[in-house]
Amino acid sequence: MTESPGRSRTLWQALARLGPYLEGLKLRWTLGLIAAIGAGVVALSIPQVLQVLVNSLLDDNAQVSAVWTAGAVILGLGVLEAGLVYLRRFFVIPPASDAETSMRTRLFDKLQDLSASFHSAWGAGQLQSRAIADLNLLRRWFAFGSLMLITSVVSLLVGFTLMATLSPLLAVVFLGAALPIMIIGPRFRKKFVHYSRASQDQAGDVATKVEESVHGIRVLKAFGRGDYAQEGFTEEADELRDLEVSKARTLAKFLMAMVILPEGILGLCLLIGLWQVANQETTGVTIGALAAFFATAAVLKGPIEGVGMMLGMTFTAKTAIDRHADVMDTATEITSPHAPVVAPERGVLEFDDVHFRYPDTKAGDRDLIDGVTLQVRPGETMALVSATGGGTSTLLNLIPRLYETTGGAIRIDGVDVKDYSLADLRSRIGVAFEDPILFSTSVKSNVLLGTSHLRDVDDPQHPHRDAAPAPDQLDEVLRRTLITADAEFVETLPQGVDTPVGEEGLSLSGGQRQRLALARAIASAPSVLLLDDPLSALDVRTEEAVTHRLREVLNRTTTLIVAHRPSTVAMADRVALLEHGRISDVGTHSELLERSRAYREVMSASVRPVSAEEVLGRE
Amino acid sequence: MSEATSRAGGVAANVATDDAMSDRFAHLRGTAGEEQIELDKEERGFIRRRSWKLLVQLSVGVRRKLLITALFVVIAQAAQASIPLIVAWAIDWGLPRMIEGQSSGMWLPGLSYIACAVTAGILIFHYTRMTAEASQQMLFTLRGEVFRKTQALSLDFHEDYTSGKVISRQTSDLESLRELLDGGINSLVQGVMFMFFTGVTIWIMDFRSGLVLVAALIPIAMLGRWYQRNSEVAYRRTRVSSAKMIVHFVESMTGIRAVQAFRREDSRSRQYRRLAARYREDMVRSISLFGVLQPSLMLIGNITVTVVLLWGGYRVLEGDLGIGVLVALVLATKRVFQPLDMIAMFYNSLQSATAALEKVSGLLEESPTVTEAHHPRHLPEARGELEFTQASFRYDEDGPVVLHALDLHIPAGQTVAVVGRTGAGKSTLAKLLARFYDVSSGAVSLDGVDLRDLAVTDHHRHVAMVTQEAFLFSGTIRGNIALGRPEASEQEIIAAAKAVGCHDLIMELPEGYATDVNKRGGRLSAGQRQLISFARAFLADPAVLILDEATSSLDLPSEALVQQGLERLLGNRTALIIAHRLSTVAIADRVLVIDDGRVVEDGAPAELAAQGGYYAKLDAAWQSSMGA
Ligand SMILES: Nc1ncnc2c1ncn2[C@@H]1O[C@H](COP(=O)(O)OP(=O)(O)OP(=O)(O)O)[C@@H](O)[C@H]1O
Ligand SMILES: Nc1ncnc2c1ncn2[C@@H]1O[C@H](COP(=O)(O)OP(=O)(O)OP(=O)(O)O)[C@@H](O)[C@H]1O
Ligand SMILES: [Mg+2]
Ligand SMILES: [Mg+2]
Repeated sequence: MTESPGRSRTLWQALARLGPYLEGLKLRWTLGLIAAIGAGVVALSIPQVLQVLVNSLLDDNAQVSAVWTAGAVILGLGVLEAGLVYLRRFFVIPPASDAETSMRTRLFDKLQDLSASFHSAWGAGQLQSRAIADLNLLRRWFAFGSLMLITSVVSLLVGFTLMATLSPLLAVVFLGAALPIMIIGPRFRKKFVHYSRASQDQAGDVATKVEESVHGIRVLKAFGRGDYAQEGFTEEADELRDLEVSKARTLAKFLMAMVILPEGILGLCLLIGLWQVANQETTGVTIGALAAFFATAAVLKGPIEGVGMMLGMTFTAKTAIDRHADVMDTATEITSPHAPVVAPERGVLEFDDVHFRYPDTKAGDRDLIDGVTLQVRPGETMALVSATGGGTSTLLNLIPRLYETTGGAIRIDGVDVKDYSLADLRSRIGVAFEDPILFSTSVKSNVLLGTSHLRDVDDPQHPHRDAAPAPDQLDEVLRRTLITADAEFVETLPQGVDTPVGEEGLSLSGGQRQRLALARAIASAPSVLLLDDPLSALDVRTEEAVTHRLREVLNRTTTLIVAHRPSTVAMADRVALLEHGRISDVGTHSELLERSRAYREVMSASVRPVSAEEVLGRE
Repeated sequence: MSEATSRAGGVAANVATDDAMSDRFAHLRGTAGEEQIELDKEERGFIRRRSWKLLVQLSVGVRRKLLITALFVVIAQAAQASIPLIVAWAIDWGLPRMIEGQSSGMWLPGLSYIACAVTAGILIFHYTRMTAEASQQMLFTLRGEVFRKTQALSLDFHEDYTSGKVISRQTSDLESLRELLDGGINSLVQGVMFMFFTGVTIWIMDFRSGLVLVAALIPIAMLGRWYQRNSEVAYRRTRVSSAKMIVHFVESMTGIRAVQAFRREDSRSRQYRRLAARYREDMVRSISLFGVLQPSLMLIGNITVTVVLLWGGYRVLEGDLGIGVLVALVLATKRVFQPLDMIAMFYNSLQSATAALEKVSGLLEESPTVTEAHHPRHLPEARGELEFTQASFRYDEDGPVVLHALDLHIPAGQTVAVVGRTGAGKSTLAKLLARFYDVSSGAVSLDGVDLRDLAVTDHHRHVAMVTQEAFLFSGTIRGNIALGRPEASEQEIIAAAKAVGCHDLIMELPEGYATDVNKRGGRLSAGQRQLISFARAFLADPAVLILDEATSSLDLPSEALVQQGLERLLGNRTALIIAHRLSTVAIADRVLVIDDGRVVEDGAPAELAAQGGYYAKLDAAWQSSMGA
């Protein structure tokens, strides 16, 4: 995250990067620019015109009509000015907001497509700040900052040309002011960009802290560590404040230079000009010329300050683009193949020398999944057993391609999972993760997550399957799966299946959550069912009931079930023991108990003794 | 930090004192009326007052800075404004002197010019810097304050108010405030000052034109009111729609694995698109309002100029008004309206920020249901005797009773296993002890002190709980274990890890105890996460230890290892161990069987096993499953 390839990108490249979003923006933006410049020109011209008009009244034989003409002209210009200002917004706001919105939704889509490993590394706050704050900033820059920057530069150039025609010598002197600004400009840019990047990243970290402190509120409360969390947060917020202040200070210095340099030089010009006028015979500079020069120079004051402010905004906008690009440039490793294979569903699951290692594994270590080979027959229930941290969950995650294997192949119905379209693959599979991962909607929406419930008819991710329940069967399916998962408790909830379960389902008991997750896995009638320790939070009696009812379903479904207890293993036809990244043995529970020492160790409570010193070492 | 903290505390207290008012606004208190967009006059007044008050309170501590900033703005403006005067002075006064041969005619104006420029520049630097400092300080205070509030609020609040909303309050709402603070003061001070002085000049030159100016205030005021009414509602809408968008975003990202596995990317994306489109619409509507306000103000200004010109022109023709005065008048009238733009912009960001503050102040107004007593009782040392007397509990006032008038005495030092069907109320019992909630009736006490009377810090020191959900924070393993007791030494942390048998696995990680476990501990397996949470509790070393299924995801050997460690650790501590695996129960002195919120069996394990009740069946089932 600290890597930011964006640093080397120039503003133009950054803008080019946004190309697709800006398609609709170009024409209207240009019109908006014309309106903005037009409004600027009118604003500048009104005082001049006024002067001329009022002077026309000086005429001795001036008529009442002259007054009316003058009034009409000024009113006309005034209406024009207001109209142009209105038009600027009218042209630019809608397309800028469209660009903002489309960037936002594309970012969202991109994030949803990125793999679980990406998400575990990026704090939610970082992502959220990119989706909201950064894009708001960009919109404002498109709609306002960019136009004002150009307008300011244009009026600067116009003003300068005017000045140059009036007094070339003084114009050259005045140009001298630009030189030091050219020198400090890049330094300012570098520093400002640095701070703006750092503070925007920091804002993301602050948001991440907030997110964690709310999600982890139970732990914090259980240990009374609210203060501790607060300290951590304060630290981050403090750093954000410091960065923001440093950023402002950098900008302030630049603004100071933008005032002192030109105005200071103008002071010198005044000195020189006075001397020139005093020696008019030799220099030929008149009082009128001097006065006109300063009148023109005054015109530059606004644009110069404007340029300074708008540059600041522009660099911040660039940072926002960079941060956006950081995410958008991340390669989506897990995608559907170009020509997905279609295969009839039978429910054969095979592992063929499957390898997998997490990216941050130490170089010398063996792969976590180190050549797993295993066949699960259609309709068979296979238990997967390993010691804690043995890699069972990882292996399960590889099947629906939540993570991508680094070697070998996993085949479903004879086809490599990488050759199916993702939607097809995942619709064949039902998963119950070890943590339930429920959403803050109703019980019903949670259980029917994998079905057509609340999906649009044309949802590309819900391909037709013969086994999948039809939309009109959903209520029946819901009822049945809830029974199968022994989740009839739902009936006693205040609003039955429509009861909201709270964020992450936390207004349910642990076992209740787990049973909903189980119901969710089987609701879509998958042909391959992956259950990651699905009964861990259930009491033995409920476990028994669930096991009993599940068996019927499992009879028809190929199931891989991670088990830590004999009671869970009891559901399985065969057991596979995952040891050191490989399947070291496959057989029935009793067979393995008999012949595998490792299996006996994992499945029974005999343990290596721990010395008392080791345990009490801290006292 | 401490200074900021105490000040922030004051903010919360003050915001809360509003409660004394009648309850006409009950539906708007706290976060209740958050999504209500149309408000009647009084409701509006109530909400606005609340947010303004917050804004005013936030300024405590930076007021002097703000004042100085304003002063600097004024001086810098004056310095810049005097530059044309200096030029005029140079020509009228300096030139003749120079021609007379006195060089001061050149130096004095020249140097004054430079001095003004330098003064203006330096002041611009300072006020830009100070504005940022003040605004960042206010934001910092508010951030900390909102954080403290969300931490202080009880779980029942968090169950309804999702994390996404808290994040949206902390980020996008504060962002609106920041816009106001960053740009606001300067433009307001500059604008008002400029308008005032120019206005006065006009009055002095020609009071009739001054009258025209005053007359122009009428349409301006009307326009302002129109804008206020509409933009308020519009901005309120954007706050609501932006929060919805963020909530959806956060939940999608948190549950990404389920989203992907159940192929919900597309439908989630469509929903997000709808929310984002909604937000865009609301945003554009509020911007468009400003887009009408700004040119309208400009138009009013230009019409006023025209009127001044017409009326003045007539009078020039009649000879009542000097032509020079007319030029000056007309130009000044044109200029007087220029800063109106800035003021309008300020007003715009004020409206936006107030809408955001409405939400933030609402959150701050919430009060936790679980609070410390006014005169808390201290308990420096605890033996760990627990007592439930007629304790009943329900999660919602209209919800089902989860615990029924429970009477339970747990002597100090006892290890109690709690078993029972899922949803029976075991975790609820534990959560009452950890004071996640307070009992609906009856009492829970530790060493004879009602938990509600016990000082919060003492309670936390004596009672620690490993929750059913093993939650790890992103950051190092060390940091996660240390959460149990932040002041613990490295050795103690390692010892705790060894005690639960996770030292070896930690050492195998790339950076040992310094390994970052990623968001929610995603770098570890479920069992490993449980071990770490367990180590945390070991380290906390409380008088009462509550374990809510702390070993459910462990394999049997690890579980047994943890148990051994536990047995030694417990010694004379009181422990409440909730477990489905009877293996855990083996070390208990006493077993409670909970069913449907009642204790249905209570006794020593062997005793209960012989009794033939629920526990006996459980035991039998367990034995047979182990043997299977
Ligand atoms: N995102 C990750 N990055 C790096 N290593 C990881 C990551 N996730 C898990 N690991 C490591 O891989 C190993 C296997 O993890 P996995 O979750 O598959 O174990 P498991 O068999 O499911 O264990 P448990 O029974 O405790 O659930 C663990 O040692 C864990 O530390
Ligand atoms: N936050 C909550 N809001 C409303 N109801 C809740 C909340 N938490 C739990 N409940 C309900 O209270 C009852 C008891 O829940 P509790 O968590 O105490 O069960 P438990 O005995 O711990 O079960 P498990 O063994 O499944 O963890 C359940 O019916 C549950 O739905
Ligand atoms: Mg696992
Ligand atoms: Mg529980």
